[in-house]
Amino acid sequence: MSRVIHKFTRNVPGWQPRVTPVKLDEATPEQLAALQVTPSNTKVSDYVLTLAHDVESLAVRSPLFNAIMYDPGGMSRAERELGALAASMVNRCIYCAAVHADRHAQLEKDTTVTDELFAKGENADLTARDRAIFDFARKSAEAPPAAGPADMDALRNAGLSDEEILDLILSAALFGWANRLMHVLGDPVRKGNGA
Amino acid sequence: MTLFDTTILSKSGLTPDSRLAAATSSRANIFNMSQAAEQAVLRPEDCGAFGHDLRAALAARVAHHAGEHALADHYATAAGDKAALADPGAYDAGLGHVLTFVDKIANQTRDVAAEDISGLQAAGVSDADVVRLCELVAFLAYQVRVIAGLRLMQGTAG
Repeated sequence: MSRVIHKFTRNVPGWQPRVTPVKLDEATPEQLAALQVTPSNTKVSDYVLTLAHDVESLAVRSPLFNAIMYDPGGMSRAERELGALAASMVNRCIYCAAVHADRHAQLEKDTTVTDELFAKGENADLTARDRAIFDFARKSAEAPPAAGPADMDALRNAGLSDEEILDLILSAALFGWANRLMHVLGDPVRKGNGA
Repeated sequence: MTLFDTTILSKSGLTPDSRLAAATSSRANIFNMSQAAEQAVLRPEDCGAFGHDLRAALAARVAHHAGEHALADHYATAAGDKAALADPGAYDAGLGHVLTFVDKIANQTRDVAAEDISGLQAAGVSDADVVRLCELVAFLAYQVRVIAGLRLMQGTAG
């Protein structure tokens, strides 16, 4: 258990399931279709093989996830990643936070924002726009959701359009979903020998 | 079902006449896929250990916890004789381990640990059913937050 990671990092860890994933050679045709396994694509992560236990959910969730995070228009991809990161920090999904902090840094070609967030959490020194985005997503992720009219006003005052705010609501909420799978069904583990 | 009949848009009070109708219509694919996801977790063909009535009750319970009472009522109508479990204070001796797990992943997500999963397994819940339960609660966590966010956008929160 000493391999389990408990601190936020941008180095994407491994993921060790707490349940036994579906075995690829025992997968049903429905599972193979949802896993998008083809003769030329036989590499499937333990995470996706775990989710294949509920194949009806997996089949609809993957395209929904991609639409919320990557469809063109609206909020920039980097800012959607910031919404995802805020939720993942609230829910302490170390794995999700690493993936989406890393993507934010790559998209921005700058680690300043994610360095600040991992060092100082909600007290990070951010631009007014990033501050409004992070605070809205962070409060939305609380249980029960705690974002209020002042947080919405802050987004509008920071210059976000309705289309951008809608994408932020969706990306932050999506990680309310993703965190409850990844953080609940497995552990983030150090990669390397024995991984 | 039209876009504005999807659960998320109808429970957030959006109509085709709303100021936000254009913005939400531009993401129609997302709201339609969200509705398909609701179908997959509430009314799947393969229910595993959790029938549609129990799933509806658990969904209503999570929605109540999140303060989304209209959404909770929407689900509770399909809960049949499991409807009492929609009350966040309700307990059922035979389902105690399920209710405890649902409440924790919905509301204390950050505190979930390996023992919560091994506890369910020790109580006889299969790995596939653990995943099914997580997907149900995790989807609800998403759905209540989109509804709350859209209501805030319209200035009708609270």
